[in-house]
Amino acid sequence: MTLLSAEGLTKRFGGVLAAKDVSFGLEGGEMLAIIGPNGAGKSTTFNMVGGQLRPDAGRVTLAGQDITGMPPRAVCRMGVGRTFQVAQTFLSFSVIGNVQMALIAHHGQTRMLLPDAMAMHQDAALALLERVGMAAQADRPIGELAYGDVKRVELAIALAAAPRLLLMDEPTAGMAPAERSALMALVAGIARAERIGVLFTEHDMDAVFAHADRILVLVRGEIIARGTPEEVRADPEVQRVYLGHSGTRAAERARRAHG
Amino acid sequence: MQWDFLLVQSLSGLASASSLFVIASGLTIVFGVTRIVNFAHGSFYMLGAYIAVTVVPWLLEIDRSPWLFFVGVLVSALAVGALGVLMEMLLLRRIYRVPELFQLLATFGVVLIVQDLVLLVWGPVDIPGPRAPGLRHGVVILDQRFPAYELFLIAVGPAVLGLLWLLMHRTRFGVLIRAATQDREMVGALGVNQAMLFTGTLFLGAALAGLGGALQIPRVSANSQMDLSIITEAFVVTVIGGMGSVPGAFIAALLIGQLQAFGVLIFPKITLVLVFLLMAVVLVIKPWGLLGKPEAAAGRVVLPEGILDPRPLDRAGKMLAALGLAAVLALPLLDAYAVKVGTEVLILALAAFSLNFLVGNGGIVSFGHAAYFGLGAYGAGLLVVKAGLPMEPALLAAPIAGGAFAALFGFFVVRLSGIYLAMLTLAFAQIAYAVVFQWVEVTGGDNGLVGVWPSRWAASREVYHYLVAAVTVAAIILLRRVIHAPFGATLRAARDSAQRADAIGVDVRTHRWLGFTLAGAAAGLAGGLYAFSKGSIDPTLLGIPMSVDFLSMLLLGGIQSVLGPVAGTAAFHAAKDFFMPLTDHWRLFLGLSIIAMVLVFPRGLAGAWDTLRRRRA
Ligand SMILES: Nc1ncnc2c1ncn2[C@@H]1O[C@H](COP(=O)(O)OP(=O)(O)OP(=O)(O)O)[C@@H](O)[C@H]1O
Ligand SMILES: [Mg+2]
Repeated sequence: MTLLSAEGLTKRFGGVLAAKDVSFGLEGGEMLAIIGPNGAGKSTTFNMVGGQLRPDAGRVTLAGQDITGMPPRAVCRMGVGRTFQVAQTFLSFSVIGNVQMALIAHHGQTRMLLPDAMAMHQDAALALLERVGMAAQADRPIGELAYGDVKRVELAIALAAAPRLLLMDEPTAGMAPAERSALMALVAGIARAERIGVLFTEHDMDAVFAHADRILVLVRGEIIARGTPEEVRADPEVQRVYLGHSGTRAAERARRAHG
Repeated sequence: MQWDFLLVQSLSGLASASSLFVIASGLTIVFGVTRIVNFAHGSFYMLGAYIAVTVVPWLLEIDRSPWLFFVGVLVSALAVGALGVLMEMLLLRRIYRVPELFQLLATFGVVLIVQDLVLLVWGPVDIPGPRAPGLRHGVVILDQRFPAYELFLIAVGPAVLGLLWLLMHRTRFGVLIRAATQDREMVGALGVNQAMLFTGTLFLGAALAGLGGALQIPRVSANSQMDLSIITEAFVVTVIGGMGSVPGAFIAALLIGQLQAFGVLIFPKITLVLVFLLMAVVLVIKPWGLLGKPEAAAGRVVLPEGILDPRPLDRAGKMLAALGLAAVLALPLLDAYAVKVGTEVLILALAAFSLNFLVGNGGIVSFGHAAYFGLGAYGAGLLVVKAGLPMEPALLAAPIAGGAFAALFGFFVVRLSGIYLAMLTLAFAQIAYAVVFQWVEVTGGDNGLVGVWPSRWAASREVYHYLVAAVTVAAIILLRRVIHAPFGATLRAARDSAQRADAIGVDVRTHRWLGFTLAGAAAGLAGGLYAFSKGSIDPTLLGIPMSVDFLSMLLLGGIQSVLGPVAGTAAFHAAKDFFMPLTDHWRLFLGLSIIAMVLVFPRGLAGAWDTLRRRRA
């Protein structure tokens, strides 16, 4: 069964049609990228899937179950983890504390009144940090980390929910290029090993063409092209509206690297 | 009921709406530009009235002309505007960047200072003002006489609205005010002009408050309670209208004026309750008021002002706690007076601790925590005095009363955040205060009730002290545990990033509601204990000054620390107990201290302790 399917998602903000009839499907283990210029409606689409926004029209189903309009907390409990375009973490917590908090929530223990929260799920939290390469920083306050590292911790937080689906809105924004491809490789590895579906956006075309199985191109709220990286790269409309020369070059580089 | 009567009723509603709008428009403009909710706005209103009852009769001595009356009113408004400038230059410009709670407290400090200064200058007796020459007669409308001055007031509101519209659209100053209200970032880009804009805004805002006050003098005598009574109403108007929106304030004032005018016919004693209910309903449907706009979500995340990463006590901390505990136990060896103060400190410490559970740990800035303290006291007191129950079940009822009302009010409160939340907690506290104050048959009204004594076994001061010590220390230890436990951590997480908390599966609103209820129950327990320690209850237990006392204890102790508020309570209450009998100007002293703490000592005793320890290490 399709893991995630979005049908006809539409969202309007006043006069702005931020998403218009956006439809796509995503399988477990698949990496689906949404690309598009600033203001294209990528975050809006993410938020409609994650429950942060209620679509004006359309349907979101997760493994056959309708989750349209459910609040984020309910969507999370259905097995969806997410990261935000501007990283959202618990700034007063340590790095490991952030992940422990996510595990506490995942286990439905947020109303416990007596045990010491920071003694709970330590090993599991450390293991998650290990996976994203942040174990060495576990005890630092998260506010001290470089932004790229915060994004990694956010990934660990998202993974704490044992998700079937990961929503990653610009996961590598603020990272150095080398770091970016390392993180995307890490995500792709996790996705394939655990059959987690990943929906992500990226402005870095190298990362997109290197790691996406399929790509949607969103411009002014509408999907103007979709397909494998090769198909999207070859699409003349996409080249004209969005990719331009830099995008084509990135695609070339990616093809050669993975050739 | 006749039509003419309804018309007159509606007209008097319009007159009060008009006055209310003049005052609230100033508050909302100042908020729009500075993002500070200025408690002292009520003080400006009061000063307007006091200056007018001084200046206007003096002018009327010269010539009893209507013109001189209005010259006097305008002079009063301008004088108050000048005081607004003073406040901006001396205080506000130093606190534009501090957390909301500190801003509120600092401006409340000004309220306290002005209260004492007004008493110093004008004395404690109410001062009636002259009637306005030329407007002293009644006008007959459909067989009913209606005061001409009230008709005049009805016209003032729209006139002020029109003038403000012209100012906002036709002058550079006004355009800047609108721009700053709509776009925070823009203000930073103003540079030098920014200082001018803010100072000018305070002049305008204060002058409007002063005008509102001065216009009242033919209707009410200038008195020293005017400030707090008007400020809650003005808050309600600006919150319903949408903070920063002048037209919103106008609509809200009209609504409230009519609600009061007709509410008086149906529920004569609880019009205030109706007004607050309207506010609660509006805020639930439109959380930013009728014409307000949501504050653009800050893109970057800032470290919250509150408890950060609570750690177990270190050795020095444990020693300090043990020392405190030993002092509590040893107090009865001293004199009876020390026992009395010690008992009170313990009780207030529990209340302050429960408040910090909300403010410091949950980021829920409650400005009406005394409500739950007082309702706990009344819950227990009424059971003893009216139902004849003994102390034990009454003490059990106290946290239930506090918790039940916190659950009821909290249901609405946790839907909001930031300044709107603070205003709503304040409003609910004022509802509770009004009901307790006016429901004389049950609560004894202003005088309260006496005869709330402990059971015989606990009747001696010493035994009661130990009882209080056992209950409060146990409650504080439990609450402290909750702060360290998943529930407390979840509240901190939701405070840090509600969006992230939601995305990991936390039902933020429900957790905040449960937290609010728990804190209310703890405050209620403290209130019950307090009632038995005094032997009486009265409405001041629920009042704004009590809530501010609690907040001052937090501020003094340090809201970033878990146990700081306990130390803050001890220091605050001991200081109050020591100084209050020595001076007639306790409020002046307290106000200055609050401002000094916000400006130079914002992390309180706990912060000082940390610095000390770090320097030694
Ligand atoms: N809460 C909102 N209120 C009003 N307009 C909004 C809101 N959120 C988004 N928009 C508008 O919707 C459009 C799509 O925004 P969205 O954030 O989805 O774009 P995006 O593709 O994620 O852009 P970026 O690459 O800059 O992140 C933009 O025109 C934006 O201004
Ligand atoms: Mg975006």
